[in-house]
Amino acid sequence: MQDLGIRVLFMGNNFERLLEGLWITIRISIIAVALSIVFGIFLGMLMTVKNLVTKVLTKFYLEFIRIMPQLVLLFLVFFGLTKSFGINLSGEVSAIIVFTLWGTAEMGDLVRGALISISKHQYESGAAIGLTKCQVYRYVIIPQVCTRLVPLAINLTTRMIKTTSLIALIGVVEVLKVAQQIIEANRYTVPDSALWIYGTVFFLYFVTCWPVSLLAKRLEKKMR
Amino acid sequence: MDTEFIVEYIPLYIEAAKLTFGIGLIGIVLSLIVGLVITFIQYFKIAVLKQIAGAYIELSRNTPLLVQLFFLYFGLPKAGISISSEGCAIIGLCFLGGSYMAEAFRSGIEAVEKGQEESALALGFTRSQTIGYIILPQALSISIPALCANMIFLIKETSVFSVVALADLMYVAKDLIGLYYKTDEALLLLVIAYLIILFPISILAALLERRLRYAGFGN
Repeated sequence: MQDLGIRVLFMGNNFERLLEGLWITIRISIIAVALSIVFGIFLGMLMTVKNLVTKVLTKFYLEFIRIMPQLVLLFLVFFGLTKSFGINLSGEVSAIIVFTLWGTAEMGDLVRGALISISKHQYESGAAIGLTKCQVYRYVIIPQVCTRLVPLAINLTTRMIKTTSLIALIGVVEVLKVAQQIIEANRYTVPDSALWIYGTVFFLYFVTCWPVSLLAKRLEKKMR
Repeated sequence: MDTEFIVEYIPLYIEAAKLTFGIGLIGIVLSLIVGLVITFIQYFKIAVLKQIAGAYIELSRNTPLLVQLFFLYFGLPKAGISISSEGCAIIGLCFLGGSYMAEAFRSGIEAVEKGQEESALALGFTRSQTIGYIILPQALSISIPALCANMIFLIKETSVFSVVALADLMYVAKDLIGLYYKTDEALLLLVIAYLIILFPISILAALLERRLRYAGFGN
C-alpha cells in the first residue's frame, strides 16, 4: 500500500470537483479584474487631477488598501460588515468586493503611472493641431496608455488568481476547500491522500497562472 | 466598542505581532540569500543549476503561498517528511520570497549599463570581480525599491500562517471573534496592529526610494 492515495484523485468525480472548484476561483478573479480595470482607470485619472482634496483621499485609499493584507480586508468585509451593519454577504460576494477594492487600488496606481509616463508634448502637440481635450484623450493618450497597461493588467490577473486562494478561509468552496473535503471524505479508506491531493491543487494553480504570466512577459518584451 | 476588552487583549496582539514580525524577518533574510544565490547562478550561467533555478522561479511565482503551505504542512508528512509549524512557515515564505527577490536583483543587474561590465572585463577584472566590485553595488541601489516592495509583500503574506497552526495576528483575531463575539474590537485591533507593523516600513521605503532617485544612479 505505497501508492500514497493517488487513486483518491480518480475515484468517483473527485478530479472534476477539483476543476469545478478551480473554476470558481477563476470566475471570481475574472469578475474582480474586470471591475478593477473599469474603476482603476477612473481612479488613475482622478489621481492625476491637481486638487489637494482628491489627492489626499486617493492617496489614503491607495495606501490603506495596499498596506492591509488581503486576508484582513476579507475579514473586515465578511465578518465586520455583518456584525456592525447587519449586512449579510455571502463569501463569494465579499470576495468580489474585496478583490475589486484591492484591484482598483493596484490598477489605479498603474494607470496613474502610465498617464504620467506619457510625455507632455503629446498633449501639447495634440492641442496644437486643433484637437479638443476629449479628442486628445480619445485619439492620442488613451491608445498609448492602453498598450502600456495591457501587460501590467495581465500580471494583475495572475496575482488576483493567486490571492483568491485566501477565500477558502472565509468559507467559500473553491479548489482548496474541495481538496480538503475530498481528503476528509476518504480519511478512513485512504488516510494518506493529502500529499497527492494538495500536490494536485498546487499543480492546478501553476497550470492556471503560468500561461497567463508567460503571455504578460511576452507582451512586455514586444512593447519595448 | 468595548474599550475594556480592547485594553485587556492588547498584550495578546503584541505577542502575535512579535511572532508575525519575527518569522517575517527570518523569511525575508533567507529569501534575500536565496535570491542572491539564484542571481549568481543565472549570471554565471551554471549549466544544470540554471535550469533548476528557472523552473523554481516559475513554480514559486505562479502558486499562492496558502497552497504551498497546505502542501508543506498537510501533504509532506504523508510522504514521511514532518516539519514543525514554524519550519513550514519559514520554508514557505522563503520559497515564495526567493524568486521575487531574485527577480528584483536580476532587473537591477539588467539596468546596469552594458558598458560597465565590458569596461571592467577590458581592464582585466575576472567575471566574479566584475560582479562583486562593479555590477552588484550599482545593481543593488537600483533594485532597492523593488526589494522594499517585496519585503512589505512578504510581511503581508504572513497573514496566512494561521492555517499551519501558528498563533499570528489573524489567528488571535479569529480566536477572539469565535470566543467572545467581539468582532468589531478584534478586527479594529487587527487593523491597527498591521498598520503599526507595515506603515513605518512603507514610509521608510518611500523615503529610501526618493533618496536614491536624487542620487540619480546610472543617469
